[in-house]
Amino acid sequence: MATEAPVIEGLERRPISLLARLKNFAVYVPFLGPFLFLVATYFFLPVVITTLLSFTGMDSKMLWDFVGLDNFKRLFSDPIIPRIARNTAIYVVFTCTFNVFFGFFLALLTTYFVERENIGLIFRSIWLLPRMTPSVIYIIMWQWFVSPTDVGFVNQILHALGQPSQAWLARQPMTIIILVNGVIGASFGMIIFSAAIKSIPVDLIRAARVDGASDLAIVRRIIVPMLKWPIMFMTVWQTLSLLASYEYILLLTDGGPFYKSEVWALNAYHRAFSSLQFGYGASIALVLVVVGIIATFIMLKLFGFRRLMEPAKAGA
Amino acid sequence: MQTQKTPTTVPAELVAKVPLRERIRVRAGKILVYSFLVLVSAPIVVMYVWLFMQSISTQVLLGFMPQKLSLNNWRFLWGEVTIGVKTYISIWPVVLNTFLFAIGVTFLVVLVSTLSGFALSRFQFRGRTQLTSMTILLHAFPGVTLLIAIYYILFALWKVPIIGPIIGLNSIWGVVFVKSALEIPMAAWIVKGFFDDISWDIEWAAYVDGCSRLQAWRRVILPVIQPGIASVAIFAFLAGWSEFLYLFTFIFEQKNFTLSLYVKQLIGDFKFVDYGLLSAAALFYMIPPLLFFLFTQKSLLKVSFGGIKG
Repeated sequence: MATEAPVIEGLERRPISLLARLKNFAVYVPFLGPFLFLVATYFFLPVVITTLLSFTGMDSKMLWDFVGLDNFKRLFSDPIIPRIARNTAIYVVFTCTFNVFFGFFLALLTTYFVERENIGLIFRSIWLLPRMTPSVIYIIMWQWFVSPTDVGFVNQILHALGQPSQAWLARQPMTIIILVNGVIGASFGMIIFSAAIKSIPVDLIRAARVDGASDLAIVRRIIVPMLKWPIMFMTVWQTLSLLASYEYILLLTDGGPFYKSEVWALNAYHRAFSSLQFGYGASIALVLVVVGIIATFIMLKLFGFRRLMEPAKAGA
Repeated sequence: MQTQKTPTTVPAELVAKVPLRERIRVRAGKILVYSFLVLVSAPIVVMYVWLFMQSISTQVLLGFMPQKLSLNNWRFLWGEVTIGVKTYISIWPVVLNTFLFAIGVTFLVVLVSTLSGFALSRFQFRGRTQLTSMTILLHAFPGVTLLIAIYYILFALWKVPIIGPIIGLNSIWGVVFVKSALEIPMAAWIVKGFFDDISWDIEWAAYVDGCSRLQAWRRVILPVIQPGIASVAIFAFLAGWSEFLYLFTFIFEQKNFTLSLYVKQLIGDFKFVDYGLLSAAALFYMIPPLLFFLFTQKSLLKVSFGGIKG
C-alpha cells in the first residue's frame, strides 16, 4: 500500500486557520480534481441517468416523459426476454467455463509439462496475439474462418473430406460466439495462471517427485490447491465481464439469426440504438448495472484490494 | 518424470533404474502434450497467416497458399475505393482521426493518472482509503453497461453552444473523454504503485529546495518514474487505437471515422465481402499493435502476480 509520509512539523500537517485549511485544500485540487471530474461525469452521473431513464419512455425525440414502472412491466411480459435470458446464461456459463478450464490447461501445459521455456513462450505468445488485435480485425478473421461460402476455412477442410459447405454462423451462432470470446478469455486465464504456477516453489514439486508422486498427483495435490485464488478470481471476474460484454457478438452476428445469439447486454444496446427506445433500453441495462455494482462489492469483499488489482495489470 | 533433461533433480543411479516401459510412457505423454498444444494453437496461426496471404493475393487456398500475387488489395492507400455502387472515403483522413483519438486518450490518461496516482500514493487526507477502494471498484465495474446513459450525456453536451460540437456526440474528442475515463482507474492504480516505490528523500529534497507540491511532482518525481509512465502510455495508446464500440455508437459522420469504423464499414454486407481489400485494410490497421506485440511479447507475458521470474 501507500508509503506513509514521515511527519515533519510545520509542513502542511497542521492546518490552523480557515485560510490555511483552504490553502491546504487548494493543493489537492489540481491532483485529484481532473480524476474526480471524469469519474463523476462518466461513471456516477451515468448510473443516475440510467436509473432515471429506465422510468421514462424516452425515444428518438430525447424527451423525459416519465412513465412510472411501465418499462419494467413490459420487461416481464416481453416475449423475447426469456429467450434472451436463456441465451445470456448459456453464453456466460459456457464461455466462463471454457475460459477458466482452457486457460488453466494452456498454463499448465506450457509451464509445467513443456520443459523448455522458449517453446512454452511461443505457444503463450500465439494465444496472446488475439488479445492484442483490434476487435474488428479479430472478427474478420473469424468471419473468414467460418464463412458460409466455399472460401471459408472450415468449409475448405470439409471439401477436402468430401463434405458440402455449411453456413456455420447461421447454424451454430452460439457455439462460435463462445469460441470467439473463449480464445480471448482463455489467454487472460493463461497469463494469470502461468504466472501463478511459476511462483510455486520448485522444491515443493521436486519433493513430491522424490516421494514418487505422478504428474497427475502433483497437478491435483499441489498445483490446483496453490491456484485456488487465481482460479476463483478468474471465474468471478469473467462472469461479470461476460455479462456486460457484447462487442464481438455485435460484430459477428449482431444477435442473429432471429435472436439466436442475442444476449442481455446486446438487447439493451439494440433497444436503445436500433429501435431508439432509450427508456426501455435503459431499464434493461439497469438490471446489468445493479448486478455489476453488487458483483463488484462482492469481489472486493472476497478478494480484497491486492488480489483484485494485481492480475488486472497483466490482463489489461 | 524428467529423465535426461534435468540431471540435477534426479541422481544418475535413479535414472538408470527407470524401466523402459516407464520411459515410453513419459515419451508418449510428451508427444500427447505437444500435439494437443499444436492442434489448439493452429487455428489462431492459420487466421493470421491467412490475413497476410489474403492481403497480397487474389485467392488463398486453405489459408496459407496464395494463388496469384497482387497489390491491388492495397489500393485503398492511394485513392478512394469503390465496391459495387458504394464509394468509400480516402483512408488518410481516417488514419489521422485514429491517431488523434489514440493520442488524445494517451495524453488524458497519462496526465490524469499521474496526477491522481501521486495524490493517492503521497497525500494524507481524509477519505484516502475510500478513494483508493473506489478506484479499484471502478476498475472492476463493467463501464460498458452505462453506454446508453453516456450517449445521453454526450447528447446533452452536444447541445451546449460553442463547446458542444467538440465534446459532444459525433466528435472524436467527446469519445476521447469517455474512453479515457474508463481507462483511468486502472492506470491511476498502476501509477500509484510506481510512486509508492520512490523514496521520500527525493521528494523532501525538492521541498527543501523550495518546490511546491505541483512543482515537485513535475520536476522531480515524474522524471524518476518515466519508464513506468511509458508503459501506461503505450497501453493507453493501443486501447485508443483499437477502440470500436464507443466510437461506433457515438460517431455518425464518415469524416469523423477512425480505422475501426472504416474497416467495419468495409465488412458491410458480408455476403459480398471483398476479403482481399478487407484483409489489406485490416493488416494496415493492425500495424501499431503488431509492432508493439513483436517487440514486447516476452515482457508482456512476464508481467505477473508477485514479480517472480518468468
